[in-house]
Amino acid sequence: MTAEAKKAPPKSYIEDGHTLRSWFFSTDHKGIAVLYLVSITLFFFVGGAAATLIRLELLSPNGFILSNDAYNRLFTIHGVIMVWFFLIPSIPNTFGNFLIPIMIGAKDLAFPKLNLASWWIFVFAGCFVIAALLIGGVDTGWTFYAPFSTMFSNGYVIPAVVGVFISGFSTILTGLNFIVTVHRLRAPGMTWFRLPLFVWSIYATSLVMVLATPVLATTLLLIFAERVFGLGFFDPQLGGDPVLYQHMFWFYSHPAVYIMVLPAFAVMSELMTAFSKKHIFGYKVIAFSSLAIAGLGFLVWGHHMFVAGESVYVGLVFSVLSFTIAVPSAIKVFNWTATMRKGYVSFDAPMLFALGFIGLFVIGGLTGLFVAATGLDVHLTRTYFVIAHFHFIMVGGTVSCYFGALHFWWPKMTGRMYPEMPGRIVALLIFFGFMLTFMPQFILGWLGMPRRYHLYPPEFQVLNVLSSAGASILAVAYTAPLFYLAWSLFYGKRAGLNPWGAAGLEWMIPSPPPRENFETVPVVTWEAYPYPLEPQPVAKEDGR
Amino acid sequence: MSDALPAVHEQFQAPGQQLEADRLGLWVFLASEAMLFGAVFFALTVYHLIHPAAMHAATSRLDLVTGVIGTAVLLTSSTTMALAVKAAREGRRTEALIVLVGTVLLGLAFEAIKVHDWFDEYDQGLYPPMGPPFPLPQPAARLYFHLYFVSTGLHAVHLAVGILLVAGVAASLLSNRMKLPERTVTVEMVGLYWQFVDIVWIFLFPTLYLVSR
Repeated sequence: MTAEAKKAPPKSYIEDGHTLRSWFFSTDHKGIAVLYLVSITLFFFVGGAAATLIRLELLSPNGFILSNDAYNRLFTIHGVIMVWFFLIPSIPNTFGNFLIPIMIGAKDLAFPKLNLASWWIFVFAGCFVIAALLIGGVDTGWTFYAPFSTMFSNGYVIPAVVGVFISGFSTILTGLNFIVTVHRLRAPGMTWFRLPLFVWSIYATSLVMVLATPVLATTLLLIFAERVFGLGFFDPQLGGDPVLYQHMFWFYSHPAVYIMVLPAFAVMSELMTAFSKKHIFGYKVIAFSSLAIAGLGFLVWGHHMFVAGESVYVGLVFSVLSFTIAVPSAIKVFNWTATMRKGYVSFDAPMLFALGFIGLFVIGGLTGLFVAATGLDVHLTRTYFVIAHFHFIMVGGTVSCYFGALHFWWPKMTGRMYPEMPGRIVALLIFFGFMLTFMPQFILGWLGMPRRYHLYPPEFQVLNVLSSAGASILAVAYTAPLFYLAWSLFYGKRAGLNPWGAAGLEWMIPSPPPRENFETVPVVTWEAYPYPLEPQPVAKEDGR
Repeated sequence: MSDALPAVHEQFQAPGQQLEADRLGLWVFLASEAMLFGAVFFALTVYHLIHPAAMHAATSRLDLVTGVIGTAVLLTSSTTMALAVKAAREGRRTEALIVLVGTVLLGLAFEAIKVHDWFDEYDQGLYPPMGPPFPLPQPAARLYFHLYFVSTGLHAVHLAVGILLVAGVAASLLSNRMKLPERTVTVEMVGLYWQFVDIVWIFLFPTLYLVSR
């Protein structure tokens, strides 16, 4: 890619080869991370284009550019691509792939070929979904609810379902690889409680990936068999139960919410310590709350079916469990903010993204309690309130952290600094653009505007126009990094080992790292986040 | 490539570490597989509970005799697979080869019995979307047979993969590409997978054939 002049003897992973083969068939975890970065960026913009059209259409109460059917297809493709082809692989498969071996002092993941295979599987799966989009789209919503998806939909459900099914293998293999790597490849002295919290959180994510994704696979297999072979499983005429479909789907898809947000927590722990120059507040509590979230995440799926014909008692249990999972999430937020206390806080772009995350995630989390209350949910379910709630978590939370991570580790991945001022402006634009987009949707939902309709009463227009205005700010803010990060590849300042003065093994090796990561296997003698940093152990460990 | 010790890949520091990683990887994979079948069992159990009468009528149409024979065959294959792992550990190549081939043959026998069952059921009209008219009056009985074909099909696919794996191990033993006991871990891992597929059947058989009979 970029031909960088270097004098240091060990060649960086970027210079390790200049052929297409050296990129597309390299088993180097860093190269694969870059492949993921490029491919999910493409998917992000496809999904984003769909969102843009949705917000344009909602400018007018009468719907002025799209038919009903086209609108259904747009929000479906937006959901399918954003969930399975952007959010789920976003932080784990790019930054997890790049950083986990380095953070634990290993040369690569435990199964490098499997890692490469999982990228190819991901791309292969993406082809099916893009094909479904090109030949006419799907109109079921990303949830593929039966019996509509199995018996009535006239969209291209099969290629979409096959694509999501295949992408699941990529997720499972990645999760498996991370779990084994963290268990078996830690450097000497890198005990579990010396691991950076990034690793703990990605480890918890991996557990969910490995145990939840196969349930989605079976569910999609049943849709496939019903549509292709006529084997009805959820057909009410046969006594089949559509609510059973919803149970099976959400048994995966609620844990999947934690697949999407736990990696954001992973990034948060790194950013808050690096820019507060302070040891994390409550290391073990944060580590265990990641595992608690992963475990409890499996026990709350029923809160999606409060009004779908679930027994009141089951609803109560799920409601209580859903309130419970807010506890470990809140613990993390308190610990991150406590980390800043009496620290040397600096407000570089990654930190601005992290602080934005706290604001947005807290709103998303607290509104989650509204919809977890069985009584209130009757009013709010299937309205824009729910849309706003989960966008606050997944977009406000996860995407903010994704961009925070991108800016924070960009110098490590490329060896170049991004320009600071545009980075800060984008961080602020994303925060305020996001607020403007989704705050009005809470009000719309509260007033009763249902999701998935493009026609609405004229009195809702002002709030919808505000939301679309916010979306246009977001569109600019999400596109801008594409330009200035690309610029920085060629003209950015050289980063050096540790531009942030941050702790962690990844900041002790050259930027970009050499193919082997470490010249000699590092021996870890310090706890995680040993702030304030003394310069000596850093330089010594690097060996140059 | 017939090294005395298994080659250590660059990401590992010692052969022991690599073995441990391989084993853990397989166990994690099996946990994932358990959840895959778990969803099938979940659906089956729910419908057993919602439609007990229809499930009883449908279950009674299955051929218990071939079901029991198939189960016995599969359990025997687990024994031969376990013997193969033991032989591999002790480095007895010929013995390992014999029991591995036995495992393949027993696996194929099970698949043959299952395919025979499917054709038999198809002839009775028990494959609801196609073929002769469905003989049972209860609509939910169709539901049962839909799940029956998907669950036994999913199991048969997993067993087919197992047969290919075991045959692959046998072939590399035969051609001396694989040395024992150095590559015991490969036999162990294939064995673990085989036993897993077997255990799935041990749960699937009563769920499909016995619970509502």
